[in-house]
Amino acid sequence: MFGFDDKLQILADAAKYDVSCSSSGSKRKNSGGIGDSSASGICHTYTEDGRCVSLLKILMTNFCIYDCSFCVSRRSNDVQRAAFSVKEVVELTMNFYRRNYIEGLFLSSGIFKSADYTMERLMLVVKKLRTEERFNGYIHLKAIPGASESLLKEAGLYVDRMSVNLEIPTEEGLKLVAPEKDHQSVREPLTIIKNEIQNLQQDRKINKKTPLFVPAGQSTQMVIGATPENDFQIMQAANTFYKDYNLKRVYYSGYIPINATDSNLPQIGTAPPLVRENRLYQTDWLLRFYGFSLHEILNSKHQDLDLEIDPKLAWALRNPQFFPIDINTATFNWIIRIPGIGRQSAKKIIQARKYGKLKEQQVQKIGIAYNRAKYFMLCQDTLITAGFHYPEKIRKSIMKHNSQSQIKGSNSQLTLF
Amino acid sequence: MDYIFDGSYSGYLSCVFEAFERKEFDSIPKTGKATEVTLFSEKRLISTDNKKAQRILAGMKKIIGNQGTIFFYHNFLSDNQIEWLNGFRLIVELFRTKQLDIHNYGYPPILRLHQSIKKINRERHRMKAFIRFVKSNDHLYTAVVEPDFNVIPLVVQFFKNRFADQCWLIYDLRRNYGFHYDGNTIVEVSPNESDEIRDPYQLEVDLDPQEKAYQHLWKTYFKSTTIESRKNLKLHLRHVPKRYWKYLVEKI
Repeated sequence: MFGFDDKLQILADAAKYDVSCSSSGSKRKNSGGIGDSSASGICHTYTEDGRCVSLLKILMTNFCIYDCSFCVSRRSNDVQRAAFSVKEVVELTMNFYRRNYIEGLFLSSGIFKSADYTMERLMLVVKKLRTEERFNGYIHLKAIPGASESLLKEAGLYVDRMSVNLEIPTEEGLKLVAPEKDHQSVREPLTIIKNEIQNLQQDRKINKKTPLFVPAGQSTQMVIGATPENDFQIMQAANTFYKDYNLKRVYYSGYIPINATDSNLPQIGTAPPLVRENRLYQTDWLLRFYGFSLHEILNSKHQDLDLEIDPKLAWALRNPQFFPIDINTATFNWIIRIPGIGRQSAKKIIQARKYGKLKEQQVQKIGIAYNRAKYFMLCQDTLITAGFHYPEKIRKSIMKHNSQSQIKGSNSQLTLF
Repeated sequence: MDYIFDGSYSGYLSCVFEAFERKEFDSIPKTGKATEVTLFSEKRLISTDNKKAQRILAGMKKIIGNQGTIFFYHNFLSDNQIEWLNGFRLIVELFRTKQLDIHNYGYPPILRLHQSIKKINRERHRMKAFIRFVKSNDHLYTAVVEPDFNVIPLVVQFFKNRFADQCWLIYDLRRNYGFHYDGNTIVEVSPNESDEIRDPYQLEVDLDPQEKAYQHLWKTYFKSTTIESRKNLKLHLRHVPKRYWKYLVEKI
């Protein structure tokens, strides 16, 4: 027998490979109970690996009838098993929340008995939180593939976000490591929830009192580096899922070897592909917030992202014909294509240039990565050099400058841009 | 000329009023605490006058709107004399020229104002994240913090909305004042000589019987959710700087 502390340890440990910890995007208000959701999300602390802790992320149980070789909770794995009761999860969530440790709950589960049985247990937790505890904090719930439509729809009334993990970017890859699963079983719950979100949005136009339904939308996750897909295949899958299911986020999780028996997978002790994971996130951002289309960054000629430089810089070096860009006249959509200038700085530049043409020194102080940007932009006092005709030269000098701060093949969690 | 005010925002705005009345536009707003080092400079004691402060605020709103006016309040919360002076000079400029381009980031004092506000906002966000309540047996949830800037006034509404059904006290130990919420209204509190505010982690006797257990469970969770093979202490420290550890359950 083991105590509650051990149980928490086992079921938090088993849940940590789900990387999503976002608590943003919901608009749930406190209506006479406790809690609300912060539109921008709040990270209450950070683990020693540098990842944000926003939600209490746990499994209902790590018992599982499936045997997916990339998963730590697969049935053939010799690990300690445990299960929470509904009451235990509710009490833990409420007590952590009231002490301001967390923004809410991220609840997932191994599949025990059947999909419906599992989904029903998860549903009981969120229903109890919302109706009995009058809890208005953030709830992220895993939709269990194969669960019935009515259960999924009921759960959707209580949660802020739902997600189903794609796990492996391609069907062929998935067959290698999880022969019992397929992509279709992921698409089904995503479709049910997407349609219901759209239905209720229509209803809301007529009746303002239509209840909230998954207000923070849906997300999914792919494991990177467990199977042999290239970056182009990964981003194609992501792009399709963003479009087909209106996903709010796709997460990329560098595979951490946890299986000594399956020779298809990277061996235990292999470092997780953190730089690659970071480049994929940067690409994801470029597609969603910077107006890039996938084929500009990855295509049949360039199937993998450059690990040494970020994807925007790589694109710029392949397309010198667009540069330099005059920051005093260019539109916002072009300024954000300059390597080293982000959306916030671009907005400031647009504001500031109303009051007079900007010089290099002024733009530098606004907070751009000047050492990258200087090769690609024109300010009022820029002396035009021929530098941008020689992408290789630019690449070398930027990398020389970055060699101190960004270590190639670095073994650690990276930040975006 | 040093203008000595009481440290309140109304006092600060009263300095602006005085500067115009006396045409002393080069004045430097300071609090009493900061005067020792400048014994030989001239100084004038400015008494806080809420009416004058309101007139300044109304005048500012007319020219730069609500949002622009709030920028100056946030900058004031920096508790920093240099930022105070930068804000003061901008307000003086605003009234003398009857205009101010609040988003002219190419103009150094404006850029400085926004950089100062950015720091304030970061600290405000950190307080929403890092405040940890300790429950005592009278059902009061107490948090003690020492923020870099005077940002607690900016987060009390957030905590009121969120923890509407519980009584709480958030106390700024560095500035020695706090806010108490009784389930209805927020009241500013400062210590009487009789009740001294203590570090809530040191309170053994008055704690809720389950408090220690939940603190322990939170530590367990924090450890278990870390992925060892991704360990990166440098990034960890950047997100959770050491000066906040004292009041974070998971880091003590």
